[in-house]
Amino acid sequence: MTEAKLDRRAAMAALVANRNNLLVVPGLGSTTWDLAAAGDDPRNFYLWGAMGGAAMIGLGLALAQPDRPVAVITGDGEMLMGLGALATIGAKRPPNLAVIVFDNGVYGETGMQPSHTSSGVDLVTVAKGAGFPVCLDVTGEAGLKDLAVRLGHLKETTFARVAIAPEEAPRVLPERDGVAIKKRFRSALGLDA
Amino acid sequence: MTEVSWPDRLFDAFKRANVRQVGYVPDAGHSRLIARCRADADIHDVALTTEEEGIALAAGAWLGGERAALLMQSSGVGNCINMLSLARSCRFPMPMFITMRGEWEEFNPWQVPMGQAVEPVLKLCDAEVLRVRAPDEVERAAERALQSAYGDERIVAVILSQELIGRKVWVK
Repeated sequence: MTEAKLDRRAAMAALVANRNNLLVVPGLGSTTWDLAAAGDDPRNFYLWGAMGGAAMIGLGLALAQPDRPVAVITGDGEMLMGLGALATIGAKRPPNLAVIVFDNGVYGETGMQPSHTSSGVDLVTVAKGAGFPVCLDVTGEAGLKDLAVRLGHLKETTFARVAIAPEEAPRVLPERDGVAIKKRFRSALGLDA
Repeated sequence: MTEVSWPDRLFDAFKRANVRQVGYVPDAGHSRLIARCRADADIHDVALTTEEEGIALAAGAWLGGERAALLMQSSGVGNCINMLSLARSCRFPMPMFITMRGEWEEFNPWQVPMGQAVEPVLKLCDAEVLRVRAPDEVERAAERALQSAYGDERIVAVILSQELIGRKVWVK
């Protein structure tokens, strides 16, 4: 199988370039660094832990903020640790939530060991089976552009797997204090910090 | 009978505290409270595949300005441990209502190991732990737990003893 694999930093930049009201939850590891590299924003809830939890944080947030689009943008390893969350989200189906997996087939933070997606596990099929009404397999620039447009006005619970080249990018580290990340996120939504 | 059952007292406390999301793994001890939450149009009831999903759900709810509460059985506490570091690192309010197994007239010995670990493990995770043994203690414990969780942004566990819930009926 040959598919165009996207550069992770360029892909993240494309998804948040015109974000408007978009709230973003990246996963532990590379997607957090990717989001920080795309430009710091109080509407990013960076994760320095909680592996396997990104999609469920997105669900709680999407239910609480039904008028704003919410994008979870995580890696294949992080998603695989919390695969049950796809079933939970598929059962609940908040229309304003997208779960996007940057799939490079490896655990980049720990030495590029292969993940299950390198052995044939297909996350798009899993999401379809879990009941996501929109499931996209993004394997090039056109699909990425389409996904970025969709994020602006989400109308159905969306899953997207984005084929990412397995190359490491330089680390760009955001704020590390969880309380500070939480407080500025809530402030950006007009909530008491 | 006009007596209000303890699950109804918990539900009333949720409503007074404006709880808007309730995450749970189906559990016999919580069945009435789950049914009340599912029937309430102002509560998002979220059935989970594993309890640790609930910790992340409640964190997301708080980020978005809603209050969440979690219902689980004692065995589910074990599934939450690493995810509780999210609550502690970021100070997310985390009220947990835990029905106990493995401690009082337990038929299934496989429930005992995790049942015995619940309180010490939660304390190691920096949770405030409130133990309830009798129906008339439920309301005060729930009020305290919800106030401490949302007001002080803490992990608070209300442990609902097996003697409160009653024994599981194995032969019907």
